[in-house]
Amino acid sequence: MSFINYSSREINCKIVYYGPGLCGKTTNLQFIYRKTNPEQKGKLISLATETERTLFFDFLPLALGDIKGFRVRFHLYTVPGQVFYAASRKLILKGVDGVVFVADSQLERMDANLESMEDLKINLAEQGYELERLPFAIQYNKRDLPTAVPLTEINSAINTDSTPWFEAVATRGSGVFETLKGVAKLVLMELKKNY
Amino acid sequence: MPDFDLIMYENEFRRIDEELKKLYQQSNANVVFLVDKNGQLIASAGDTSEIDTTSLASLTAGNIAATGGIARLLGEKEFTILFHEGENDNIHISLIGQRVILVVIFDKRSSIGLVRLRVKKASENLLRIFNEISAKSEKKQHEKSLDESPFAEITDEDIDNLFK
Ligand SMILES: Nc1nc2c(ncn2[C@@H]2O[C@H](COP(=O)(O)OP(=O)(O)O)[C@@H](O)[C@H]2O)c(=O)[nH]1
Ligand SMILES: [Mg+2]
Repeated sequence: MSFINYSSREINCKIVYYGPGLCGKTTNLQFIYRKTNPEQKGKLISLATETERTLFFDFLPLALGDIKGFRVRFHLYTVPGQVFYAASRKLILKGVDGVVFVADSQLERMDANLESMEDLKINLAEQGYELERLPFAIQYNKRDLPTAVPLTEINSAINTDSTPWFEAVATRGSGVFETLKGVAKLVLMELKKNY
Repeated sequence: MPDFDLIMYENEFRRIDEELKKLYQQSNANVVFLVDKNGQLIASAGDTSEIDTTSLASLTAGNIAATGGIARLLGEKEFTILFHEGENDNIHISLIGQRVILVVIFDKRSSIGLVRLRVKKASENLLRIFNEISAKSEKKQHEKSLDESPFAEITDEDIDNLFK
């Protein structure tokens, strides 16, 4: 649900990074934060536990530039991945304009990926959204690890709907901006369709 | 989609702005904010130079969402007012309709009683304005009036430029 302000000439879009615990959602935001010019970003807020596990959400506001005279603001959120934070995940999906699903490429995390994807669909459906109709991109993260499942395999397991996907090593930043750009494009194209 | 996009035009924005200024003055507040339930700042009045308004908006919305979740667990519909008392500053948060959050930050120059009273009045006026905005947004989305829309012309190049 974008917020378009004709008075201040701004468009606000909410993008949520979803995925199982420890797949690298927070790392994505941290990299984006580090690589963005000061005037294009706000504070990176992390509501985290003492062990740096996301408790409620991470939040990063970005204003990368203008389109047709409108300042485009992206508000990036991550959800806490652990199973017991289900209630928080639902809250963060409210009013979402686009979703990035960050999958953990390691073989031993395949079940966790699939479970989280199911959880995403259920939580969206509860709010009247369908994942198929939402701007959506998948990121296969941790491609650097030796136990990473080959791309064709992981893609056929997770990506049942031919969703645009990206490879990433979020700790080094590779694929991070490509993913953000991928989903941002879909969000803006949705605006174009609706207005 | 379960909701309609919120589209704010000059005219409504000015009326909201005036309403916030009035509330700011009449409640002796330090600062007054209006935040979308999804965490986006809509408007503010007072001295915001010392405040990170974007972060405040997102955290306030998170706060309302979390207490809303607690309310539902208890079988309440929603807690419509939250109040946090600090050593110097206090924050009064209230829900307007189902969609907008009104935040008033005040210190000892004001009082919770005064803030409550003024917020009540301002809420009624703001609710009326937001109902009009919703009706307009909904209509707009139905009409898909592409001719006057600035977004009809978005190109791949525009988007690429954002990521240079
Ligand atoms: N090897 C490797 N580790 C990663 C990668 N991305 C994230 N990590 C690590 O995985 C752990 C969890 O990352 P985090 O971003 O907190 O996960 P979140 O729970 O999804 O927010 C951290 O120790 C990261 O450094 C990656 O691409 N490769
Ligand atoms: Mg995290």
